[in-house]
Amino acid sequence: MKKAGILMILGPLFLLGLYVFPLWNIMLGAPQYPDPLGLNIHINGLRGVSEFDIQNIDGLNHYIGMHTLPKAEEMWEFGTFPMVIGIMVGIGVLIGVLGYLGKVNYKWFLGWFLLMSILGILGMYDFNEWLVDYGTNLDPNAIMKLTNPDGSPMTYKPPLLGHVKMLNFDVTSLPSTGAWLMFMGMMLTLVAAFMGWKSTKNQN
Amino acid sequence: MKIYNHLILTLGVALMLFSCGQQNQSSNGALSSSAAEKVYVAPGEQDEYYAFLSGGYSGNLTVYGLPSGRMFKEIPVFSQFPTSGYGYSEETVPMLNTSHGFVPWDDAHHPDISQTNGELDGRWIFINGNNTPRIARVDLSTFETAEIIEVPNSAGNHSSSFITENTEYVVAGTRFSVPVPQRDMPINEYKGNFKGALTFISVDPEHGHMAIKFQLLMPGFNYDLSHPGRGKSHGWFFFTTYNTEEANSLLEVNASQNDKDFIAAINWKKIEEYVNNGGGTKMPANYAHNVYDEHSHTGTSTMRNEVLTIDPTKVPGAVYFLPTPKSPHGCDVDPTGQYIIGNGKLSADLTVHSFDKMIAAIEGQKFDGEAYGIPILKFEDVLAGQVKSGGLGPLHTEFDGKGNAYTTFFISSEVVKWKLGTWEVIDRKPTYYSVGHLMIPGGNSRKPFGKYVVAMNKITKDRYLPTGPEMEHSAQLYDISGDKMELLYDFPTHGEPHYAAGCPAELLTSNSKKIYRLDENRHPYAVTTADGSKVVRDGNEVHVYMSTIRSHFTPDNIEGIKIGDKVYFHITNHEQDFDVPHGFAILGQNSSELLVMPGQTKTSVWEPKEVGVWPFYCTDFCSALHQEMQGYVRVSPANSNTELKWSLGE
Repeated sequence: MKKAGILMILGPLFLLGLYVFPLWNIMLGAPQYPDPLGLNIHINGLRGVSEFDIQNIDGLNHYIGMHTLPKAEEMWEFGTFPMVIGIMVGIGVLIGVLGYLGKVNYKWFLGWFLLMSILGILGMYDFNEWLVDYGTNLDPNAIMKLTNPDGSPMTYKPPLLGHVKMLNFDVTSLPSTGAWLMFMGMMLTLVAAFMGWKSTKNQN
Repeated sequence: MKIYNHLILTLGVALMLFSCGQQNQSSNGALSSSAAEKVYVAPGEQDEYYAFLSGGYSGNLTVYGLPSGRMFKEIPVFSQFPTSGYGYSEETVPMLNTSHGFVPWDDAHHPDISQTNGELDGRWIFINGNNTPRIARVDLSTFETAEIIEVPNSAGNHSSSFITENTEYVVAGTRFSVPVPQRDMPINEYKGNFKGALTFISVDPEHGHMAIKFQLLMPGFNYDLSHPGRGKSHGWFFFTTYNTEEANSLLEVNASQNDKDFIAAINWKKIEEYVNNGGGTKMPANYAHNVYDEHSHTGTSTMRNEVLTIDPTKVPGAVYFLPTPKSPHGCDVDPTGQYIIGNGKLSADLTVHSFDKMIAAIEGQKFDGEAYGIPILKFEDVLAGQVKSGGLGPLHTEFDGKGNAYTTFFISSEVVKWKLGTWEVIDRKPTYYSVGHLMIPGGNSRKPFGKYVVAMNKITKDRYLPTGPEMEHSAQLYDISGDKMELLYDFPTHGEPHYAAGCPAELLTSNSKKIYRLDENRHPYAVTTADGSKVVRDGNEVHVYMSTIRSHFTPDNIEGIKIGDKVYFHITNHEQDFDVPHGFAILGQNSSELLVMPGQTKTSVWEPKEVGVWPFYCTDFCSALHQEMQGYVRVSPANSNTELKWSLGE
């Protein structure tokens, strides 16, 4: 149980990477952009991969009536997410320490993992909602109003995961370093739960 | 029977030539790649080398890629350039200021890339204006002209602009000797009275700023070309001379009489020491020094009024003459600094002097008389060897760093490869036609990149599609990586290139700027915020602080301009995206358009002469809405009360 406790302390600490590294990354490449434009999504705001990428993405998107990318203060998520992650790291480490001391059992580990998973899924859901809004809530006075072959207005929601061709741009959306660190950390807590369960079983 | 013999002989020779040709082809074999493959740079791929070709009488510098021969850019240097507004915009007009006023053109000759420890460092490239003597420095992070300094007491600034191996100096020698200082005197009293000024311009190691350190006032010969010593001969500079006869008329005959002219060897370190110890004579002079500031995007011209002159006879051991046959043209120093090559343009041979022998002769005081107090060394004492090439009219020599030299022959129209030390000719290849300069990237440094040589031809008859009496010149690219040179490619060049400089691409690519930062823009009339645009009247001067971003001008409607006003359009491009310039032109503008790079500010003056509503527009196709990027200026009569106002989207 001590080893499991150590893993349970380490796992949540991996989430601290989210304060440094981006959670998600969206790249926009086109023939006229040999160096693609890129958007890094951090838990506390959006940043360009290169210094002026956000300005240049906004500059392009205004043709098709998309709103400018939100500043950190314009979305509650960028204030809330860092707090949620902080609280979850705190709780996780506390559970790990208590587990190490034998005060709580593996079920708490599993509980933290499940709670974090639910929060993660909610986060993804929220993120997707924003992508939908960003890509479909278009300025009615847009310079270019494009339609699909069936006559419906064309929308520009970037993919949550993977690649789509959007007008002249290849848009690729993938988890970034922060997400991978979070994934590894959560896996560690799952391993901790498994080890805790095994040691409990062995004691029995 | 005699005729038969002749025929057989001719046939025999023809067959031999034919079979030689065949042999050559078969020796290349099916395994070696074709010339087409060697010069082909596939779409999306990049060239291996940059080549900077002087634009000759275009006054500019052109940037090419090797081996593709594709031209990437024309950098305006000494000539007005309506494409960008250089020499027309208020910011760049001062760059072309001289003691003779605004001179919008020059004859650009010899580019040279800055060096550290004798190797190319890729910071700046220098080039000389020949007609109104000037030296320019081009920044190789922006590929724009950063500085131009006028050279007083010089005339026909031709043995220029060559740099010493740590870019301590950029050197400018005069081709025409003139009275120094200039004065009203009979031309036929030239001999003994005119002077040839060799000017050493120091280069600030950090910023590259140029300043004339001293001018050496030499006898009144023609100083044709020069190159620095390097390695062991660092500290010396070598100039070819012609017209040591000091003729002032019909030079093609009168300056070709002496069997030998000189290479002047200048120990500049010795003169530098003399100057640093207070030597030399200050002489009143009048010359312009023009500096472009990258952050204010503005050039400033300052007039200088004094130059330090040196009498070469006052500095013992500083200057010697090396006799060199037949009006030598190019003066080239091999990568080790041991050999000084005099390309005797009216002879068949090349004369090679030895630096070691020169030093020994100087130390042995073995002189063969003197000219105007300057010791002449004995030809035999300094001679290292002669290349009996069989060609005619050698002009210039470059080096491959593998012990070989390549010399152009103008009259016999060929490039000849020969070996340093043994002086044997290894290979020769014809050029089409009448080659002048040649260039191997780094070929005049301690470390040449001996893969290609570019031959710059003076005549291009018959090689391209005809375009009337006037046409571009032609360059030819040879592969010199093997024992034999291989002609790969012909490509046209702009103006008449006199020399070129080249370097590996990676030396420059990572430093090449993509935009200017708007937050570093310190132009006094810049608009750096979206809502900072305004129009300000000051008497009959009106300053329009205008910004551009895809795809509109702010403001785009201006009223209250009157006849008699002088309207300054200060255009700031708010883009911070690579390759999104905006242009500006207004109907009736008496200058050129402006092409404003992202983050940059440029100014154009407009003096409306007729009442009306006049359009302006973006001249650079900037986006799908480029055609919408336009505006109007209302011009009212001089005595009207039309209120000054400006707007966007109202």
